[in-house]
Amino acid sequence: MSGALSGWLAYAASFGVLVLVQGVACLGLNLQWGQTGLFNVGVAGLVAVGAYTSAILTSAAVAGHSGGFGLPVVVGCLGAVLVAGAVSGLLGLLTLRLRTDYLAITTFGVAVVIDLLIRNLTGLTGGPLGIGFIPRPFESLGLGADAFRAVSFVWVALVVLLAYLLLERLVASPWGRVLRALREDERAAAALGKSPTRYRLQSFVIGGALMGLAGALQAHTLGFIAPENYSAALTFQVWAMLIIGGSGNNRGALLGSVLVVALWSATGLLAANVLPPDWQARGAALRIVAIGVLLAAAILWRPRGLMGESVTVSRHLDHD
Amino acid sequence: MSLQVLADGLIQGSLIALGAAGVTMTYGTLRFGNFAHGELMSAGAYAALVVVGALGSVWPASLVTPDGMTVTIALGVGLLIAALGSGLVASVIDRVVFKPVRDRGVAIAVSMASFGVSMALRALLETIFSARPRYYSEDLSIAWEFGDVRIAPDQLVVVAVVALIFMLLGWFLTRSRIGREMRAVGENPTLAAVVGIDVAQVVRATWLCGGAVAGAAGVGLGLLVQIRPSMGAELLLPMFAAAIVGGLGSLRGALLGGLLVGCGEAAAVAYVGAQWRAAVSFALLVLVLMIRPAGLFGRPE
Repeated sequence: MSGALSGWLAYAASFGVLVLVQGVACLGLNLQWGQTGLFNVGVAGLVAVGAYTSAILTSAAVAGHSGGFGLPVVVGCLGAVLVAGAVSGLLGLLTLRLRTDYLAITTFGVAVVIDLLIRNLTGLTGGPLGIGFIPRPFESLGLGADAFRAVSFVWVALVVLLAYLLLERLVASPWGRVLRALREDERAAAALGKSPTRYRLQSFVIGGALMGLAGALQAHTLGFIAPENYSAALTFQVWAMLIIGGSGNNRGALLGSVLVVALWSATGLLAANVLPPDWQARGAALRIVAIGVLLAAAILWRPRGLMGESVTVSRHLDHD
Repeated sequence: MSLQVLADGLIQGSLIALGAAGVTMTYGTLRFGNFAHGELMSAGAYAALVVVGALGSVWPASLVTPDGMTVTIALGVGLLIAALGSGLVASVIDRVVFKPVRDRGVAIAVSMASFGVSMALRALLETIFSARPRYYSEDLSIAWEFGDVRIAPDQLVVVAVVALIFMLLGWFLTRSRIGREMRAVGENPTLAAVVGIDVAQVVRATWLCGGAVAGAAGVGLGLLVQIRPSMGAELLLPMFAAAIVGGLGSLRGALLGGLLVGCGEAAAVAYVGAQWRAAVSFALLVLVLMIRPAGLFGRPE
């Protein structure tokens, strides 16, 4: 393979990994918001919980730090899913029986507190410096840098494919129908004997667990995590992906991830190459504005996103 | 709790309370939690900074001139411009973003849109003014001693202005026609329209008024702490917590909730460590949601 071509492929693979990692979080959000109508502003916090859980479980022990159990990556990922799911469960138990705004505000608060914890529990999380030398699968095979990126893309893609197929099954199942029924008309669904709180809690926990999985995948592909990866900007990006791609549609969620990560990378390159050095930090802020503009355009011109939710009621009701 | 901690808590709490008053007003009338409220505060703080920059050389003198006060006439003018500016920004945002989303009928989608607006507005402020902290004055506000308690004159000015705004708001919401109409729309928009209330006008008034309160709170925060694009966002959780502790929609609740959160934060800073300050709001929020979700003065729904 020529150097230029393999370099290009390696870039595509890195881009693909970014898309897939955020795509998993977006799939989780699609279950919570797209299918169930639950508003979660703490996406970044749950991704952080997953990333740090897996990193602490799998990293080698370091003197002066607690954690560092050196467990296999699979165990780390499972741990991430369980802990993020448990945090979502506690949040859900606290707020889902109350009015919808309380869930939004509490998830926002959880993201703030998680950020506080990972910055200040230095012995466990490395504080502002984060955690480095997180094991990356297939790293020990001694592949070249480019081949390693391609292999990383393949294993992450397989995990995401599994999550996607599982979600498609769930959404099409009677359980998925109850979620949509609750979202559209809570009273009618409750009258049919479906407990709104229980179904919402299940959806919220599974969605949160997927966000935790996204964090674990990120930790095991980057090999290094730090608190600033999990700012409100991440939550904003994942939301933008879902709305632009099409809320209620898993393929839409993934398409949205491709578009937003592409825009993010392109504006990043542009800012790094065009702006003078003292404007670099401001340029980073402008990238958020760029996503905001794309989001606003999507809301105005394609309110259902590029791939809207597929119609599940009878098409014959609609004559126009 | 020592008197000094209590005083610090009440001062910081008065700003949280003013922020929470804006949150609770927009919630009371429009029934949604506005995540962009913090950025309306930051926008007001920067508006006043521009005014102080332009007028500072013209009116350098203090309003009154006791030792150690940095508040100037220019800042007073800045406060008015900031309130007006944030009110206008809020109205424009409602017209351009929130109204189209609201008209589609999903209440919680407006909350989501406000989260997007918050990110975009903060990024815009950072692009224009950069993330570097700014101050209204290079002078130090030197504390006065009241027995064992030290309070800076700037802090006293802020507390007095906050108290004045709360009195005006209380009068406005209960005695003026538009204030009573705002409460009617909050209770039931359809019924309010039936009895002849112009709902669109009430919504405009709510944003103008809620934005103005946010802008004023932003100037106070900028005076006592510093001016940064993320200043408002960092106060968002304490403000939401205060509004919910007091009961969403209740002005008295916002005041009491804000003072409670402020004292809690001051106690955390004094006895646990400054880095854990933000956890206090969350702990209070969780406590209220578990024990009394309607808050102190709220009615259960």
